[in-house]
Amino acid sequence: MPVSLTNSGVVYQALKKCGIGLVSALPETWLVHLIRMAEDDPAMVLVRLAKEEEGVGISAGAHFAGVKSAMLMQNHGFLASINGIVSFAQLYRIPLLMLISDRGRFGERDPWQTQGGHVTEPLLRALGISYAFLDDPAKVEKRIAEAHTLAYSSLHPVALLLTRELMWEEPA
Amino acid sequence: MMQRVECLRSIYDRLENCLVVTIMGAVAAELQSLGHRTNFFYLQHAMGLGSSTGLGLALCLPQQKVVVFDGDGSILMNLGGYTTLARYRPKNLVHVVFDNESLLSVGGFPTATSTGSDLEGVARAAGVPRTQTVTKLDEFTAAFDAAMKSNELTSIIAKVEAVGPKGYVTELSLLENRFQFQRHIEGLLKHPERREGSL
Repeated sequence: MPVSLTNSGVVYQALKKCGIGLVSALPETWLVHLIRMAEDDPAMVLVRLAKEEEGVGISAGAHFAGVKSAMLMQNHGFLASINGIVSFAQLYRIPLLMLISDRGRFGERDPWQTQGGHVTEPLLRALGISYAFLDDPAKVEKRIAEAHTLAYSSLHPVALLLTRELMWEEPA
Repeated sequence: MMQRVECLRSIYDRLENCLVVTIMGAVAAELQSLGHRTNFFYLQHAMGLGSSTGLGLALCLPQQKVVVFDGDGSILMNLGGYTTLARYRPKNLVHVVFDNESLLSVGGFPTATSTGSDLEGVARAAGVPRTQTVTKLDEFTAAFDAAMKSNELTSIIAKVEAVGPKGYVTELSLLENRFQFQRHIEGLLKHPERREGSL
Protein backbone atom coordinates (compact mmCIF):
# COMPACT_ATOMS: atom_id res chain seq x y z
CA MET A 1 0.00 0.00 0.00
CA PRO A 2 1.55 3.32 -1.02
CA VAL A 3 0.65 5.11 2.19
CA SER A 4 3.86 6.58 3.55
CA LEU A 5 5.04 4.60 6.55
CA THR A 6 7.89 7.05 7.14
CA ASN A 7 5.70 10.13 7.21
CA SER A 8 3.02 8.37 9.26
CA GLY A 9 5.79 7.76 11.79
CA VAL A 10 6.79 11.43 11.71
CA VAL A 11 3.17 12.42 12.48
CA TYR A 12 2.85 9.81 15.22
CA GLN A 13 6.09 10.85 16.94
CA ALA A 14 4.98 14.49 16.82
CA LEU A 15 1.75 13.54 18.61
CA LYS A 16 3.75 11.65 21.22
CA LYS A 17 5.99 14.69 21.80
CA CYS A 18 2.87 16.74 22.57
CA GLY A 19 1.97 14.25 25.28
CA ILE A 20 -1.04 12.77 23.52
CA GLY A 21 -2.28 9.82 25.57
CA LEU A 22 -5.49 8.92 23.76
CA VAL A 23 -6.29 8.67 20.08
CA SER A 24 -9.76 8.10 18.68
CA ALA A 25 -9.92 6.86 15.12
CA LEU A 26 -12.01 5.53 12.34
CA PRO A 27 -9.93 3.82 9.69
CA GLU A 28 -9.38 5.23 6.25
CA THR A 29 -6.64 4.33 3.80
CA TRP A 30 -4.26 7.17 4.62
CA LEU A 31 -4.58 6.55 8.36
CA VAL A 32 -3.83 2.81 8.50
CA HIS A 33 -0.21 3.13 9.63
CA LEU A 34 -1.03 5.82 12.18
CA ILE A 35 -3.77 3.67 13.69
CA ARG A 36 -1.47 0.64 13.80
CA MET A 37 1.19 2.72 15.55
CA ALA A 38 -1.34 3.78 18.18
CA GLU A 39 -2.43 0.16 18.57
CA ASP A 40 1.14 -1.08 19.02
CA ASP A 41 1.98 1.62 21.58
CA PRO A 42 1.30 0.36 25.11
CA ALA A 43 1.33 3.95 26.39
CA MET A 44 -1.48 5.02 24.02
CA VAL A 45 -5.20 4.46 24.54
CA LEU A 46 -6.71 3.81 21.09
CA VAL A 47 -10.49 4.08 20.79
CA ARG A 48 -11.85 2.63 17.57
CA LEU A 49 -15.09 4.39 16.74
CA ALA A 50 -18.22 3.44 14.84
CA LYS A 51 -18.68 7.06 13.74
CA GLU A 52 -16.31 9.98 14.10
CA GLU A 53 -18.64 12.24 16.08
CA GLU A 54 -18.26 9.90 19.07
CA GLY A 55 -14.66 11.07 19.20
CA VAL A 56 -15.77 14.56 20.28
CA GLY A 57 -17.40 13.11 23.41
CA ILE A 58 -14.46 10.81 24.09
CA SER A 59 -11.96 13.67 23.72
CA ALA A 60 -14.07 15.84 26.03
CA GLY A 61 -14.15 13.09 28.66
CA ALA A 62 -10.39 12.66 28.29
CA HIS A 63 -9.85 16.42 28.63
CA PHE A 64 -11.89 16.54 31.84
CA ALA A 65 -9.77 13.62 33.08
CA GLY A 66 -6.53 15.48 32.32
CA VAL A 67 -5.55 13.32 29.33
CA LYS A 68 -4.55 14.92 26.05
CA SER A 69 -6.11 13.39 22.99
CA ALA A 70 -6.11 13.53 19.21
CA MET A 71 -8.76 12.54 16.66
CA LEU A 72 -7.82 10.75 13.45
CA MET A 73 -10.42 10.97 10.72
CA GLN A 74 -11.07 11.44 7.03
CA ASN A 75 -12.57 14.74 5.93
CA HIS A 76 -15.91 12.94 5.60
CA GLY A 77 -15.51 12.02 9.25
CA PHE A 78 -15.09 15.70 10.01
CA LEU A 79 -18.31 16.37 8.09
CA ALA A 80 -20.02 13.68 10.17
CA SER A 81 -18.76 15.27 13.41
CA ILE A 82 -19.86 18.84 12.91
CA ASN A 83 -22.83 18.82 15.29
CA GLY A 84 -20.65 17.45 18.07
CA ILE A 85 -17.91 19.97 17.29
CA VAL A 86 -20.35 22.89 17.48
CA SER A 87 -22.72 21.77 20.22
CA PHE A 88 -20.11 20.24 22.49
CA ALA A 89 -16.54 21.30 21.75
CA GLN A 90 -17.33 24.89 20.84
CA LEU A 91 -20.28 25.36 23.21
CA TYR A 92 -18.27 24.01 26.17
CA ARG A 93 -14.79 25.20 25.16
CA ILE A 94 -13.21 21.78 24.70
CA PRO A 95 -9.82 21.65 22.93
CA LEU A 96 -9.78 19.18 20.03
CA LEU A 97 -6.72 18.27 18.00
CA MET A 98 -8.20 16.93 14.77
CA LEU A 99 -5.97 15.26 12.19
CA ILE A 100 -8.04 15.09 9.03
CA SER A 101 -6.96 13.27 5.89
CA ASP A 102 -7.75 15.74 3.14
CA ARG A 103 -9.14 13.47 0.48
CA GLY A 104 -10.67 14.68 -2.75
CA ARG A 105 -7.98 17.20 -3.63
CA PHE A 106 -5.57 17.40 -6.60
CA GLY A 107 -4.46 13.92 -7.57
CA GLU A 108 -7.55 12.18 -6.14
CA ARG A 109 -8.54 9.20 -8.29
CA ASP A 110 -11.55 7.99 -6.27
CA PRO A 111 -14.60 9.82 -7.65
CA TRP A 112 -16.51 9.29 -4.39
CA GLN A 113 -14.00 11.40 -2.43
CA THR A 114 -14.15 14.46 -4.63
CA GLN A 115 -17.15 16.32 -3.23
CA GLY A 116 -15.80 16.28 0.32
CA GLY A 117 -12.55 17.76 -0.93
CA HIS A 118 -14.40 20.81 -2.22
CA VAL A 119 -16.04 21.68 1.07
CA THR A 120 -13.58 20.79 3.82
CA GLU A 121 -11.68 24.09 3.96
CA PRO A 122 -14.77 26.31 3.50
CA LEU A 123 -16.45 24.47 6.38
CA LEU A 124 -13.43 24.82 8.66
CA ARG A 125 -13.45 28.55 7.91
CA ALA A 126 -17.22 28.81 8.45
CA LEU A 127 -16.82 27.14 11.85
CA GLY A 128 -13.96 29.45 12.81
CA ILE A 129 -11.59 26.52 13.25
CA SER A 130 -7.91 27.37 12.73
CA TYR A 131 -6.23 24.89 10.43
CA ALA A 132 -2.98 24.22 8.62
CA PHE A 133 -1.75 21.68 6.10
CA LEU A 134 0.75 18.98 6.85
CA ASP A 135 2.65 18.58 3.59
CA ASP A 136 6.37 18.81 4.39
CA PRO A 137 7.69 16.11 6.74
CA ALA A 138 10.38 18.50 7.97
CA LYS A 139 7.68 20.85 9.30
CA VAL A 140 5.26 18.29 10.71
CA GLU A 141 6.58 18.22 14.27
CA LYS A 142 6.60 22.00 14.68
CA ARG A 143 3.18 22.45 13.10
CA ILE A 144 1.54 19.74 15.22
CA ALA A 145 3.13 21.23 18.35
CA GLU A 146 1.85 24.70 17.42
CA ALA A 147 -1.66 23.41 16.65
CA HIS A 148 -1.70 21.56 19.96
CA THR A 149 -0.57 24.71 21.80
CA LEU A 150 -3.36 26.78 20.23
CA ALA A 151 -6.02 24.13 20.95
CA TYR A 152 -5.17 24.19 24.67
CA SER A 153 -4.61 27.94 25.01
CA SER A 154 -7.84 28.78 23.15
CA LEU A 155 -9.84 25.78 24.46
CA HIS A 156 -11.14 25.33 20.94
CA PRO A 157 -10.89 22.77 18.15
CA VAL A 158 -8.00 23.04 15.70
CA ALA A 159 -7.43 21.01 12.54
CA LEU A 160 -4.42 19.71 10.69
CA LEU A 161 -5.10 18.58 7.16
CA LEU A 162 -3.04 15.56 6.14
CA THR A 163 -2.24 16.05 2.47
CA ARG A 164 -1.64 13.62 -0.36
CA GLU A 165 1.88 15.03 -0.62
CA LEU A 166 2.69 13.85 2.90
CA MET A 167 0.68 10.64 3.15
CA TRP A 168 0.84 9.04 -0.29
CA GLU A 169 3.83 7.59 -2.12
CA GLU A 170 3.08 6.71 -5.73
CA PRO A 171 4.44 3.28 -6.54
CA ALA A 172 7.48 3.53 -8.86
CA MET B 1 -45.32 3.78 36.15
CA MET B 2 -42.29 5.38 37.75
CA GLN B 3 -41.00 8.88 37.18
CA ARG B 4 -37.44 9.78 36.30
CA VAL B 5 -37.13 12.27 39.14
CA GLU B 6 -38.11 9.56 41.65
CA CYS B 7 -35.42 7.31 40.23
CA LEU B 8 -32.83 10.07 40.55
CA ARG B 9 -33.97 10.84 44.10
CA SER B 10 -33.75 7.18 45.11
CA ILE B 11 -30.05 6.93 44.20
CA TYR B 12 -28.95 10.55 44.69
CA ASP B 13 -26.88 9.71 47.77
CA ARG B 14 -24.99 7.00 45.82
CA LEU B 15 -23.67 9.61 43.38
CA GLU B 16 -21.53 11.53 45.85
CA ASN B 17 -18.24 9.85 44.93
CA CYS B 18 -18.96 9.21 41.25
CA LEU B 19 -18.42 11.29 38.16
CA VAL B 20 -21.87 11.85 36.68
CA VAL B 21 -22.68 12.84 33.10
CA THR B 22 -26.25 13.61 32.06
CA ILE B 23 -27.82 14.40 28.74
CA MET B 24 -29.80 17.58 28.11
CA GLY B 25 -33.37 18.36 28.99
CA ALA B 26 -35.43 16.90 31.79
CA VAL B 27 -32.76 14.69 33.31
CA ALA B 28 -30.30 17.60 33.67
CA ALA B 29 -32.95 19.90 35.17
CA GLU B 30 -34.28 17.24 37.53
CA LEU B 31 -30.87 16.21 38.82
CA GLN B 32 -30.08 19.88 39.46
CA SER B 33 -33.41 20.30 41.25
CA LEU B 34 -32.28 17.62 43.72
CA GLY B 35 -29.05 19.53 44.34
CA HIS B 36 -26.16 20.29 42.03
CA ARG B 37 -22.73 18.94 42.90
CA THR B 38 -19.42 19.72 41.26
CA ASN B 39 -19.04 16.08 40.21
CA PHE B 40 -22.09 16.38 37.92
CA PHE B 41 -21.67 17.41 34.28
CA TYR B 42 -24.76 18.21 32.22
CA LEU B 43 -24.23 17.93 28.48
CA GLN B 44 -26.90 20.43 27.42
CA HIS B 45 -26.67 19.66 23.70
CA ALA B 46 -24.76 17.30 21.39
CA MET B 47 -27.44 14.63 21.71
CA GLY B 48 -25.95 11.16 21.73
CA LEU B 49 -22.54 12.12 23.09
CA GLY B 50 -23.30 11.72 26.80
CA SER B 51 -22.39 8.04 26.62
CA SER B 52 -19.24 8.81 24.59
CA THR B 53 -18.18 11.38 27.21
CA GLY B 54 -18.68 8.78 29.92
CA LEU B 55 -16.58 6.33 27.92
CA GLY B 56 -13.74 8.87 27.60
CA LEU B 57 -13.85 9.56 31.35
CA ALA B 58 -14.04 5.88 32.29
CA LEU B 59 -11.11 4.88 30.05
CA CYS B 60 -8.91 7.73 31.31
CA LEU B 61 -9.83 7.29 35.00
CA PRO B 62 -10.10 3.51 35.41
CA GLN B 63 -10.12 3.76 39.23
CA GLN B 64 -13.11 6.10 39.25
CA LYS B 65 -16.80 5.17 39.02
CA VAL B 66 -18.56 6.99 36.19
CA VAL B 67 -22.36 7.17 35.88
CA VAL B 68 -24.09 8.31 32.67
CA PHE B 69 -27.77 9.28 32.70
CA ASP B 70 -28.85 8.87 29.09
CA GLY B 71 -32.23 8.90 27.36
CA ASP B 72 -33.94 6.96 24.59
CA GLY B 73 -33.87 9.92 22.18
CA SER B 74 -30.17 10.50 22.79
CA ILE B 75 -28.97 6.90 22.61
CA LEU B 76 -31.01 6.37 19.44
CA MET B 77 -28.91 9.14 17.88
CA ASN B 78 -25.70 7.27 18.71
CA LEU B 79 -26.42 3.55 18.47
CA GLY B 80 -22.98 3.12 16.93
CA GLY B 81 -21.60 4.54 20.15
CA TYR B 82 -23.34 1.71 22.01
CA THR B 83 -21.12 -0.74 20.14
CA THR B 84 -18.05 1.37 21.00
CA LEU B 85 -19.10 1.35 24.66
CA ALA B 86 -19.51 -2.43 24.51
CA ARG B 87 -16.22 -2.86 22.65
CA TYR B 88 -14.21 -1.27 25.48
CA ARG B 89 -16.75 -2.26 28.20
CA PRO B 90 -15.15 -0.19 30.99
CA LYS B 91 -15.76 -1.92 34.31
CA ASN B 92 -16.19 1.42 36.06
CA LEU B 93 -19.10 2.71 33.95
CA VAL B 94 -22.79 2.49 34.84
CA HIS B 95 -25.03 3.57 31.98
CA VAL B 96 -28.64 4.40 32.82
CA VAL B 97 -31.08 5.05 29.98
CA PHE B 98 -34.30 6.77 31.03
CA ASP B 99 -36.67 5.52 28.36
CA ASN B 100 -39.87 7.59 28.24
CA GLU B 101 -40.49 6.56 24.61
CA SER B 102 -40.58 10.18 23.55
CA LEU B 103 -38.65 13.33 22.73
CA LEU B 104 -40.23 15.03 25.70
CA SER B 105 -38.55 18.41 25.68
CA VAL B 106 -39.62 19.20 22.12
CA GLY B 107 -43.26 18.31 22.67
CA GLY B 108 -43.38 14.60 23.32
CA PHE B 109 -42.95 13.15 19.86
CA PRO B 110 -42.77 9.35 20.13
CA THR B 111 -39.40 7.65 19.56
CA ALA B 112 -38.90 4.19 18.09
CA THR B 113 -38.96 2.63 21.57
CA SER B 114 -42.70 3.46 21.56
CA THR B 115 -43.17 1.18 18.56
CA GLY B 116 -41.21 -1.77 19.87
CA SER B 117 -37.51 -1.02 19.55
CA ASP B 118 -35.99 -2.61 22.61
CA LEU B 119 -32.93 -0.84 24.04
CA GLU B 120 -32.07 -3.72 26.36
CA GLY B 121 -31.98 -5.96 23.30
CA VAL B 122 -29.86 -3.39 21.45
CA ALA B 123 -27.43 -3.17 24.38
CA ARG B 124 -27.16 -6.93 24.71
CA ALA B 125 -26.69 -7.47 20.99
CA ALA B 126 -24.07 -4.70 20.94
CA GLY B 127 -22.13 -6.68 23.53
CA VAL B 128 -22.85 -4.82 26.77
CA PRO B 129 -22.16 -7.53 29.38
CA ARG B 130 -24.93 -6.59 31.84
CA THR B 131 -28.22 -5.04 30.88
CA GLN B 132 -31.68 -5.00 32.39
CA THR B 133 -35.00 -3.26 31.84
CA VAL B 134 -36.76 -1.99 34.96
CA THR B 135 -40.21 -0.51 35.37
CA LYS B 136 -40.62 -0.11 39.14
CA LEU B 137 -38.72 2.10 41.53
CA ASP B 138 -37.51 -0.68 43.84
CA GLU B 139 -36.29 -2.62 40.78
CA PHE B 140 -34.44 0.45 39.55
CA THR B 141 -32.73 1.05 42.87
CA ALA B 142 -31.74 -2.61 43.17
CA ALA B 143 -30.45 -2.69 39.59
CA PHE B 144 -28.43 0.50 40.13
CA ASP B 145 -26.86 -0.79 43.36
CA ALA B 146 -26.05 -4.12 41.71
CA ALA B 147 -24.47 -2.32 38.77
CA MET B 148 -22.34 -0.16 41.07
CA LYS B 149 -21.06 -3.30 42.80
CA SER B 150 -20.73 -5.46 39.71
CA ASN B 151 -17.41 -4.26 38.30
CA GLU B 152 -18.80 -4.76 34.79
CA LEU B 153 -20.22 -2.33 32.25
CA THR B 154 -23.97 -2.20 32.85
CA SER B 155 -26.80 -0.58 30.90
CA ILE B 156 -30.00 -0.16 32.87
CA ILE B 157 -33.05 0.67 30.76
CA ALA B 158 -35.44 2.46 33.10
CA LYS B 159 -38.93 2.79 31.65
CA VAL B 160 -40.29 6.10 32.96
CA GLU B 161 -43.32 8.30 32.47
CA ALA B 162 -43.05 10.99 29.81
CA VAL B 163 -43.25 13.83 32.31
CA GLY B 164 -40.66 16.40 33.23
CA PRO B 165 -40.09 19.75 34.88
CA LYS B 166 -41.79 22.94 33.73
CA GLY B 167 -38.60 24.41 32.29
CA TYR B 168 -35.17 23.24 31.33
CA VAL B 169 -33.00 26.33 31.75
CA THR B 170 -31.32 26.43 35.16
CA GLU B 171 -29.26 29.03 37.03
CA LEU B 172 -26.03 27.14 36.41
CA SER B 173 -24.28 28.35 33.28
CA LEU B 174 -22.91 25.72 30.93
CA LEU B 175 -19.32 26.91 31.19
CA GLU B 176 -19.44 27.29 34.96
CA ASN B 177 -20.58 23.68 35.18
CA ARG B 178 -17.91 22.52 32.74
CA PHE B 179 -15.02 24.18 34.61
CA GLN B 180 -16.35 23.14 38.04
CA PHE B 181 -16.44 19.54 36.82
CA GLN B 182 -12.90 19.67 35.47
CA ARG B 183 -11.61 21.27 38.71
CA HIS B 184 -13.40 18.59 40.68
CA ILE B 185 -11.51 15.89 38.78
CA GLU B 186 -8.22 17.77 39.18
CA GLY B 187 -8.88 17.73 42.91
CA LEU B 188 -9.45 13.97 42.84
CA LEU B 189 -6.19 13.45 40.99
CA LYS B 190 -4.27 15.65 43.44
CA HIS B 191 -5.91 14.13 46.51
CA PRO B 192 -6.46 10.45 45.83
CA GLU B 193 -7.55 9.91 49.45
CA ARG B 194 -10.79 11.75 48.60
CA ARG B 195 -11.66 9.11 46.07
CA GLU B 196 -13.80 7.02 48.38
CA GLY B 197 -15.96 5.90 45.51
CA SER B 198 -12.99 4.56 43.63
CA LEU B 199 -12.83 0.91 42.77
